[in-house]
Amino acid sequence: MTALATERKPRLFTVEVNTTYCKGCEICVQVCPKNVLAMNDRLKANVVNLKDCTGCLNCEIYCPDFAINVEEVEANA
Amino acid sequence: MAIAGKIPTRKYLRQDRLPHIWCPGCGHGIVMQALVRAIHNVGLSQDKTVIVSGIGCSSRASGYMDFDTIHTTHGRALAFATGIKMANPELNVIVMTGDGDASAIGGNHLIHAARRNIGITCICLNNNIYGMTSGQFSPTTPECALATTAPYGVIDPSFDLCKLVQAAGASYVARGTAMQARMLEKYITNALKNDGFSFIEAIDQCPTYFGRKNKLGDAYAMMKRQQETSVSVSKAAAMTPAELEGKQVVGELWNSPRPEYAKSYDQVIAKAQQGGGR
Amino acid sequence: MPNQSRVLMQGNEAILEGALAAGMRFYAGYPITPSTEIAELAAERLPKVGGRFIQMEDEIASMAAVVGGSLAGVKSMTATSGPGFSLKQENLGYAIHGDIPCVVINVQRMGPSTGLPTSPAQGDMQQARFGSHGDYGIIALTPSSVSEAYYLTIRAFNLSEQFRVPVILLTDEVIGHMREAVSLPDPSELTVAERRKPTAPKGEHKPFAPDAKGVPTLPNFGDGYRFHVTGLIHAEDGFATSNPKLVDQAVRRLTNKITDNIDEIYEAEQREIADADIVVFSYGGTARAARRAVRMAREKGLKVGFYRPITIWPFHDEMVRNAIAGKKAVIIPELNLGQMAREVERVAHGTTTVIPVTKVTGEILTPAEILAAIEEVR
Repeated sequence: MTALATERKPRLFTVEVNTTYCKGCEICVQVCPKNVLAMNDRLKANVVNLKDCTGCLNCEIYCPDFAINVEEVEANA
Repeated sequence: MAIAGKIPTRKYLRQDRLPHIWCPGCGHGIVMQALVRAIHNVGLSQDKTVIVSGIGCSSRASGYMDFDTIHTTHGRALAFATGIKMANPELNVIVMTGDGDASAIGGNHLIHAARRNIGITCICLNNNIYGMTSGQFSPTTPECALATTAPYGVIDPSFDLCKLVQAAGASYVARGTAMQARMLEKYITNALKNDGFSFIEAIDQCPTYFGRKNKLGDAYAMMKRQQETSVSVSKAAAMTPAELEGKQVVGELWNSPRPEYAKSYDQVIAKAQQGGGR
Repeated sequence: MPNQSRVLMQGNEAILEGALAAGMRFYAGYPITPSTEIAELAAERLPKVGGRFIQMEDEIASMAAVVGGSLAGVKSMTATSGPGFSLKQENLGYAIHGDIPCVVINVQRMGPSTGLPTSPAQGDMQQARFGSHGDYGIIALTPSSVSEAYYLTIRAFNLSEQFRVPVILLTDEVIGHMREAVSLPDPSELTVAERRKPTAPKGEHKPFAPDAKGVPTLPNFGDGYRFHVTGLIHAEDGFATSNPKLVDQAVRRLTNKITDNIDEIYEAEQREIADADIVVFSYGGTARAARRAVRMAREKGLKVGFYRPITIWPFHDEMVRNAIAGKKAVIIPELNLGQMAREVERVAHGTTTVIPVTKVTGEILTPAEILAAIEEVR
């Protein structure tokens, strides 16, 4: 391993679900490659595994309800 | 660090109008987002862009978008759009229409807008069904599929809208499915850059009426199925008609720029003012 | 009069000249007899003044394009006849509901259906008022000379902008194809109404909020207001509503903005009504024969007056009632089976005898036929 690779910080993201817009279609759950999202008992999308998010934006782009917003955390810590 | 491909979608939406009326899992929101992203990519001004829609589920899109917007009569979106573009060619004109709106009641307007190559980008959200009226078959419903007005299966052959508009004279034609949202975004971006009539057929899912009636599963299952029955332009070129049966060709199907109609009319104005004609 | 040019022209030609003088710069149409000359002249003349003409794929599309052109900020019009007028009702209704100014010329021909394409008629009088579905108000003007066709086309555009409503120039084949000498004024002598612009800032302006007259001020597309237009019943912000109170307001306003301002909209010619026993009520091309019949009757010593509505819709109940009050009879010659007689009968309400003189042979009514009807009243 090169020094450069070991020094790269893991990227962190936030996934925000607007539950007023979310209609519970489950598309986001199915398009997420890392199982970050799951349906809760109120049939709304819910973030359950944020640490694995890669920021691929699939959930945001495929959400038909404009309910999901993914942002990168500007990591300083 | 910005996320690659992240765009401020909400800036282009009338957020006070959301949530929208579309059913859970309806693909129209995915296509509408692809359009918004393409508008952002091209950098169209929100103040100089008009979104025109007809009647039906898909045509409700105009009300949610923060531009000058007009929700017209059934099938007539392209005719209204033609008037807008001709009266003020400086405006960017985008039409959102559905399969029934564009190809049944509005079929004549579709072929003539394509023939003129007028500077309009037309996005046809094809979910294979009349959703607003709860599930009657449209000209793009596949043969044998069930619909409330085809309880024994559709006997009408379905329209290939891309072939239709290409034959009529559109200068840019592309097709994609909701599952290929990023490709749709790319096609719409290229369509908006084309100075002429651009047509995008966005195949998406109606889980409520088409899906349920035909036992196609949930929204995601329908999207996957649409992706699986898609064949790229390059692959399709090597396939026989029998092999292409039941498949749809996706990609940029036609891209052949030719003079845009309103610009051609500029030459009419020049000729008339120089004393030509008659 | 200075700066006037006297020219021989056809009614359809005068209409196009009037439209250009009023500032019409976008025309969308479809060929149909007997209105086609208007489209042909628009195609020739509009580009010369920097305007634009388009021949659409059908009548429905041309009405839609006119509405689109108007929303883009350009004074827009179309011309048609019977069967085309039927097809235009869909998007005419849209323009009414969207408070979108535009002018529709209907050069009436014989109906029903494709009827007699080259024969005069006045069979679209009620369709002009009630042709599209739902409740609404509309303005229709009826010229009875080539010169008046010119001036009424200008007035049609002015009223259309002032009240934000489609205005129908309800002419007929007689006027459309007749040639007469017309004195064209210098354009500087004309009054031309321009479209009002919103004064409230972007984001605060409500496109469908009415002023004191009930007329809203819509911005044009491209002005930066980013507003929404829909054919669904909408609130003042332009978005669809089913709130019963807002729906009621929205629907009533479409009628009230016309009826409440009727005195500003209405024009009629009245001659020798005061001492008359009989009033001849006539409009459009037929009024020419009626006027002659009235003169012939007066020469015979009969006390006959003449009432010619120039604004046919809205119908001015009060003015018509005053004109026919106490008269022995009101005679209504028209090239249909009594479409406006029906209105007069409603206003007369049994107090004056209403005598329709109808003709649907594809020919015009003659002064002699109208005079005969006058002489029959005893």
